[in-house]
Amino acid sequence: MNTPSHLQRLEAESIHIMRETVATSERPVMLYSIGKDSSVLLHLALKAFYPGKLPFPLLHVDTTWKFREMIEFRDATAKRLGVDLIVHKNEEGVKAGIGPFTSGSRLHTDVMKTEGLKQALDKHKFDAAFGGARRDEEKSRAKERVFSIRTAQHRWDPKSQRPEPWRLYNTRKRPGESFRVFPLSNWTEADVWDYIALEDIPVVPLYFAARRPVVERDGALIMRDDARMELRPSERVENRMVRFRTLGCYPLTGAVESEAATLDAVIAEMSSSRVSERQGRIIDHDGSASMELKKQEGYF
Amino acid sequence: MNTAVASLAHATNVFGTPAREAHSLLRFLTCGSVDDGKSTLIGRLLYECGAVFDDQLGALGADSKKFGTQGAELDFALLVDGLSAEREQGITIDVAYRYFATPRRSFIVADTPGHEQYTRNMATGASTADLAILLVDARKGLLVQTRRHAFIASMLRVRHIVLAVNKMDIVDFDKGVFDRIVRDFEAVSRTLGFTSITAIPVSAKDGDNVARRSSRAPWYHGLSLLEHLETINVGARQADGAGFAMPVQWVNRPDLDFRGFAGTISSGRIHPGDEVRILPRGQRSRVARIVTYDGDLADASAGQAPVLTLMDEIDVSRGDVLVGATSRIASGSTITAQVFWTVEPPLRAGQRYVFKLAALEAQAEIAVLRHAIDVNSYESVPAETLAMNGFGVVTIRLDKPAVFADYADSKELGAFILIDRFNNDTVAIGLVDSQAARLETADVANKNVQWRLWAERKIGVAGTEQRAKFLSRASTDAASAIPLTAAVYVASGSILAGFIVTAIDLALRPIIRAYGSSAVRRWRGRREDVNADGGGI
Repeated sequence: MNTPSHLQRLEAESIHIMRETVATSERPVMLYSIGKDSSVLLHLALKAFYPGKLPFPLLHVDTTWKFREMIEFRDATAKRLGVDLIVHKNEEGVKAGIGPFTSGSRLHTDVMKTEGLKQALDKHKFDAAFGGARRDEEKSRAKERVFSIRTAQHRWDPKSQRPEPWRLYNTRKRPGESFRVFPLSNWTEADVWDYIALEDIPVVPLYFAARRPVVERDGALIMRDDARMELRPSERVENRMVRFRTLGCYPLTGAVESEAATLDAVIAEMSSSRVSERQGRIIDHDGSASMELKKQEGYF
Repeated sequence: MNTAVASLAHATNVFGTPAREAHSLLRFLTCGSVDDGKSTLIGRLLYECGAVFDDQLGALGADSKKFGTQGAELDFALLVDGLSAEREQGITIDVAYRYFATPRRSFIVADTPGHEQYTRNMATGASTADLAILLVDARKGLLVQTRRHAFIASMLRVRHIVLAVNKMDIVDFDKGVFDRIVRDFEAVSRTLGFTSITAIPVSAKDGDNVARRSSRAPWYHGLSLLEHLETINVGARQADGAGFAMPVQWVNRPDLDFRGFAGTISSGRIHPGDEVRILPRGQRSRVARIVTYDGDLADASAGQAPVLTLMDEIDVSRGDVLVGATSRIASGSTITAQVFWTVEPPLRAGQRYVFKLAALEAQAEIAVLRHAIDVNSYESVPAETLAMNGFGVVTIRLDKPAVFADYADSKELGAFILIDRFNNDTVAIGLVDSQAARLETADVANKNVQWRLWAERKIGVAGTEQRAKFLSRASTDAASAIPLTAAVYVASGSILAGFIVTAIDLALRPIIRAYGSSAVRRWRGRREDVNADGGGI
């Protein structure tokens, strides 16, 4: 008798969490951010509900500043799998001209991501939303429950979280309250890549090294994905071999110089890396507890 | 910072790139009293294993200056204390999960709070752990909270303990201090049933005996903490002797032609063609297919989450449990269990909660609070209530039958939570223990207590519905007995005849009641035990 491997245990746990959510909620939804964690989450969902179709739609909160390759990948994925995809943009933010260059990263994230997400959840009355966040990503996420309850205003209260022993999830909520559910809580970045390799899961090509037009700005390599990024006097666009460890809004996501153009090379590079995954995420660095504050306000 | 980076490079050389295949996983927690250095120890372990990245180290350097308690040095506790309230107060409030790997093993570690107020978070961390590192401050020895955590670990069946005697640098690595604490713990833990206890003298702050053996304690010949964690054999997590069991979590019914039952197998193994029973109702069928996204399986075992289809059309729903044909797992609506109470409003007999065990939710009433358990002496003490962080043994009555087993036999079917019906807080962590009541009857020499327990079984506990029914019955009986006696006395002229007739009347009543109520039920056309969902509200 062979004992299940580490990845098989993680897979079964995630499937269990997804089924528990669907069995106990009225209107579940999966937050689909197009990144590698979303790809794994979607793949696990297909497994959890097989041979049935996904019993929930995917929701992408489009800040209008995602990499073009991400949007192409998103639409191709929805078409290939025949899943129901909802794309939501915060139209008020678009009208007000909010963007990372004009408004700064903090306001842009607040309005286009956090506000946009809350609008979409309210509009469709979703009462449980899957997210691909992992506890190993960031300190305050390490303290988050698998079933994380939010008030009607979507606030997270880190001080009054319910105990969550064993796999016994307390899925009860009052009207208006909702859950953010994190099936990948116990996965690490390395687990995600190993699983992508094992299961042959498609991911956005931006994760693999290629020559891309980048600008060095404030110590980060920013890919100039469209003409909305205006160059400062001393800046120039260079074609460098780069890849991305995480994907977000292109002006807020730093590339890393890399030759890793294949999955094996990415995995090898990652396991010898000395910087954390979110280091390229500019929004994480607005103060040491800034992720915790964003989460309290309703960010994932 | 420079020295930190230099020693990191060394750590990377020691452990290299983890070979990710064929990895086993060890889940452990750190526990012990406040300020015994739990977060510092985990921070140190992560750091020594190269699981702290350079940008995180940079942030740690800045945070150490701002919040740190280690002067100019890095404060490793700040790596794990992620909430701003924790960093401000310098304590751990909530359980944090951390992940790291060495070439030998992957680890999931739960860093749990030492403050008594947050004990529930320690219990949460212990519920999924294979091993507990119990920290003791060498200067202080065993404290109340050390004993409490040892007890909780034992109760939740964490089988392996590392007694990490920390801050040995402050007591100059004095062997006498270490030996005394180890002796004290041996005395304390004698009744707790741990499979292994390994004592290690460490300094989490300086790293002695954490990842590498220390030269400062030449009298210690054992493994370093990390070596021990990498090599200890914790055995199978679940006894497989229980046979096949799978709680049905969700019914997969994509179209009229397919009806499958999804769940995670909690014990045993299943093949297509195997006979199964569906509890609590006990129907029998055979497994037709084991369906997964990756194709049908020839067999599936504990830990896997497939979809099973059956050969017969049987009504199966969430909360039911599929078990092997010869399984001894039973169902019932009265459960005796140990509970750990996690909220301010106390537990009292007669209160009602939502009960959740595996995929089953039911309405529950605390029928009897049998006794509390003193976490210091580990002895049973009589109690009217259980306060927050209190332990006790209760009997719970459910509004519908549940399928359960002793926690000692099944972590899946023996563990439950109680939920407040109004604010939805998780108020208790519970462990089914059918032995708890039996032991108690043997233990309790006092006849009065036995008499009381017998009486409570018959007439219910004060404040429960059972007691209320008994009282209303008794008062009706009393009220009707007096006029009956009087009437017979007047008619016959004999008070004795009056008493005899009344006595016969009272003796016959339960029979009439039993017949009468079943007649009423027949008339209404339903059985009492098929009270549908929500009937208890």
